[in-house]
Amino acid sequence: MITEIDRPIVTRAGLLEGARLSAPLLPGVVVFAITFGAAAAGRGLSLFEAALMSALVYAGMAQMVALEAWPQVWSWGVIGSLAVLTAVVNSRMVLQGASLHPWLRSHGHGFNAAHLFFLTDANWLVGSRYHAGGGRDLGVLIGVGLTMWVLWLAFTLPGYLLGAMVSDPRRFALDLVMPVFFAAMLVPLWRGRRAAVPWAVAGAVALVVSKLLPGHLFIIAGALTGMLTAALLPDDAAPEQAP
Amino acid sequence: MSAWLASLVAPGVVLAIFAMALATYLCRISGHFMMHLIPLTPPLRRALAALPGSIVAATVIPIIERLGLAAGLAVGAALLAMLVRRNEVLALVAGLAVAIAARASGL
Repeated sequence: MITEIDRPIVTRAGLLEGARLSAPLLPGVVVFAITFGAAAAGRGLSLFEAALMSALVYAGMAQMVALEAWPQVWSWGVIGSLAVLTAVVNSRMVLQGASLHPWLRSHGHGFNAAHLFFLTDANWLVGSRYHAGGGRDLGVLIGVGLTMWVLWLAFTLPGYLLGAMVSDPRRFALDLVMPVFFAAMLVPLWRGRRAAVPWAVAGAVALVVSKLLPGHLFIIAGALTGMLTAALLPDDAAPEQAP
Repeated sequence: MSAWLASLVAPGVVLAIFAMALATYLCRISGHFMMHLIPLTPPLRRALAALPGSIVAATVIPIIERLGLAAGLAVGAALLAMLVRRNEVLALVAGLAVAIAARASGL
């Protein structure tokens, strides 16, 4: 628990350090951005729309889920449900932002509101490690966020062009890019069978809801039940029974 | 000019992107600014920790059910490749290769 208030520090050296610390994350963000670009082309977005989404939303998982729920006909209801879906997928950012509070509170509200636009899994992770190790230069957090944003936007474009070259997306399995890439993410997320119980509940509820209700409410229903299951399960402190 | 613009962007799409951007930005800033209002209790922490995997399961499982056997085989191959090599590119290539082969053979 950090009780003392950090002195506000943001330096150019910190920004550059952030860019340097981004290096190990580079392959992951590049592949993800290309994958999103290709999936966006497969869904019929224009190059401009795909780039606009990467620039303004800048949240890979939410963008991929939104593409899966992408409608053919637009209405206010559809736009609203996409916004809710995005908020549910990105609600983990609320926790990440909250955990940065001790580091951010000595900085101005306007400044925090501006650089938090670049808050993402990558700079939260790198920044949290840096802060936990005693670092206080906020430039590091912002440097990683900016680097990731530039890469995310830049590599959306070749991904889109790659996806647009394919005339029959289904034959080349481009409609499966999202589920395949997503499922592979479960492996690094794996924290044992106990932590996977909410995932199983989420998948089962989503499957049932997808049969009962139209649209893509099943993603929200599944994700929320998964969260509820995790909240209700006893704490991880209890030792796991050996099989 | 307006026809050219209309061919470039659809109003519904751009509105949807703005709505998604706003929703995401609110998620990004709310944690820091609401820190004093909402206590991060252990159940809430567990719920948020379970969220990424829950989203993946809730998205992928109904898709597999809808798209059929080729999709299931593709996801299985990607998981296997990821377990063995921990490489996202390899997992993606393996999954898509299996799907292409499965569909070409009529599955």
